[in-house]
Amino acid sequence: MRVDVRKTYKLFIAGGFPRSESGRSYPVADTSGKVVARAAAASRKDLRDAVRAARGAQPGWAGRTGYNRGQILYRIAEMVEDRADTFVSQLRVGGRTRAQARREVERSVDRLVWYAGWGDKFVQVVGNMNPVQGDFFNISTPEPTGVVGIIAPEEPALLGLVSRVAPVIISGNTAVVLASERLPLPAVTFAEALATADVPAGVVNILTGPKDRLIPYLASHRDCNAIDAWGHGWEGLAEIEAAAADSVTRVVRPPRTVDWTNERLAQSPYMIADFVEIKTVWHPKGL
Amino acid sequence: MSEAHPAEPTEFTYVSSREATDLVALDDRYGLWIDGTFRTPTSKRYLTTVNPATEEPLAQVAEAGERDVDRAVRAARRAFETWGRLPGKERAKYLYRIARMLQERAREFAVLETLDGGKPIKESRDVDLPLVAAHFFYYAGWADKLEYAFPGIRPRPLGVAGQIIPWNFPMLMLAWKVAPALAAGNTVVLKPAETTPLTALAFAQLTAEAGLPPGVVNIVTGGGETGAALVRHPGVDKVAFTGSTEVGKLIQKAVAGTPKRLTLELGGKAPHVIFEDAPVDQAIEGVINGIFFNQGHVCCAGSRLFVQESIADRFVDKLKRRLSTLRVGDPLDKNTDIGAINSPEQLDKITELVDSGVEEGAEIYQPPCRLPERGYFFAPTLFTGVSQSHRIAQEEIFGPVLSIMTFRTPDEAVEKANNTPYGLSAGVWTTKGSRILWMADRLRAGVVWANTYNKFDPASPFGGYQESGFGREGGRHGLLPYLEGVPR
Repeated sequence: MRVDVRKTYKLFIAGGFPRSESGRSYPVADTSGKVVARAAAASRKDLRDAVRAARGAQPGWAGRTGYNRGQILYRIAEMVEDRADTFVSQLRVGGRTRAQARREVERSVDRLVWYAGWGDKFVQVVGNMNPVQGDFFNISTPEPTGVVGIIAPEEPALLGLVSRVAPVIISGNTAVVLASERLPLPAVTFAEALATADVPAGVVNILTGPKDRLIPYLASHRDCNAIDAWGHGWEGLAEIEAAAADSVTRVVRPPRTVDWTNERLAQSPYMIADFVEIKTVWHPKGL
Repeated sequence: MSEAHPAEPTEFTYVSSREATDLVALDDRYGLWIDGTFRTPTSKRYLTTVNPATEEPLAQVAEAGERDVDRAVRAARRAFETWGRLPGKERAKYLYRIARMLQERAREFAVLETLDGGKPIKESRDVDLPLVAAHFFYYAGWADKLEYAFPGIRPRPLGVAGQIIPWNFPMLMLAWKVAPALAAGNTVVLKPAETTPLTALAFAQLTAEAGLPPGVVNIVTGGGETGAALVRHPGVDKVAFTGSTEVGKLIQKAVAGTPKRLTLELGGKAPHVIFEDAPVDQAIEGVINGIFFNQGHVCCAGSRLFVQESIADRFVDKLKRRLSTLRVGDPLDKNTDIGAINSPEQLDKITELVDSGVEEGAEIYQPPCRLPERGYFFAPTLFTGVSQSHRIAQEEIFGPVLSIMTFRTPDEAVEKANNTPYGLSAGVWTTKGSRILWMADRLRAGVVWANTYNKFDPASPFGGYQESGFGREGGRHGLLPYLEGVPR
């Protein structure tokens, strides 16, 4: 009889897979209550390290071409597709049937491919020339806001995560993600997909663990330029927004209800636009 | 004057060229503009608005209390039921009409703006009012074309917009707020600044003459408490604020967790970077305009000057010479370059920060100039020997005060330029095109002026990064904060 080699589920920070510096982990149970694994319980210091990694990686990532970022997102889609069976089994921990789990993986792959194509196009839709008076060249273009803190939804653990990470990073932002606390395993496997998809270290950092403890630190972190609350919902949003206000950090609010499977409602170039700054450049024309 | 040399040719004596004020007819006391008419405030309280150039009172304006704000919001809500459903092309015609009437009465509004706020008449006449009319004209045209503004989205108005504007560009800020809101089908409750309420009240009367339905535009005058009541009111769907970062943070907290949308246009400490290959004479004019336009009461003022070391001495000498030609004084004089500081509070703030600059070791320069004996004035001021950590290099002064620093390499310029929590605007002067684009990519600012400064246009989005706020005003992007986009 051969004994299985089990996977240790760790954090994903700066391209590496550390345990929590706190030395803590927590049990992950399936719907029957059976513990199927343990996940790292990220601490405030892990969050700080993740934000630092994201900040460090941001200029380089934003400096890539949109074409290149698009190719890398496409490569992530390939890596997720390749791990479909692993994702399916991990999603089943949350109570999905095999068919439901497979559908979620397929949707996640499709969403990544959809956003991959925006890499070298969204600037053309979101920005424009401005016909100002006088002899001036005047152009408004979007550029990434910087580091984005993403609160991923509890469910769908993979599709929700992918649906928010993709629009954030395609424009050149880097991300610190608080993964589903109850179903963290797909997020860790997604990190492994990222690590093999030529995504530069630090562009996406994923923390598993006690969200309620981490959210206040994320929301008030002065080096976060935006917080994505789509996966958080409206309950407790006031605290997040009030904490973010100390550094005028914008919070991207969720709709009242989210249908993650609806392509019309859950994916949009305007979701990319939620995490950019519009920069307008003037220059005179003349001899 | 110079009796010691009677034989010399007569010196030129300055003869002022004062704008007439007879066009402006002021009431002694103004109520609140609610539902298309002036109402006595239930608060029974009034504030006096003063001409900062003479310290003479101009009129009394109502201080709206919570109940007054409530009446205004209710009026706006009622008006929204019809205004929001009015075909876009009809809304457009009201806005076009307003634009035309503003052009007709531009002189009157310019004089009133200068009387109440202290800005030079040549600015209110040549910059503020033309831009105000242009803003209404620009957004008028969007009102029936919203479907074309954002692909894939069906636009819907939000409802009632609560708008709070500052005292530095009273009419222009009103136009930036009101024009896109109305074009998109919203109704508004606008609170002008405590020290500059008069042009907003004149605008209110103009909307009635334009036949704008009652309640579409409501103007509640007052101070900070009036603004807070407007922000807190549950009937407000959207809050738009232009003002200080400090108050912006309070507003963001007040709105936290509510369904209200928010845009903030806050403070700035803009870098103005001069490379050694810059066209020097043009750059000098750009720097002067960048910091002394509107007495430096400009959130995007180029208040931190970075000059490349190789030309720094020559540039600063030239700048000092240019400073001595600036005419400071009566804002109604058509030749005045620098008018009155808006209020004694602002004068105190400028004075305190300038004192801190001297105390922290920077070297101050002010050209010889005689300030009027009455009114609030401050001489144009330069600081050299400024370090990154000085308060005058970090805090927004909002006055005619320029902090000068130097740099050696483009990388150093970028690092220093981005070294504040703000990110509203920036300026770059160089003749090398690739360097302009390289700099523009790296400056963390919502507006980058290259080989020019302080240019504004209704078609051009304006707004900041980081602690300078979020959201854009102007252009296609300026519509978005006033719309809800339903995916098609």
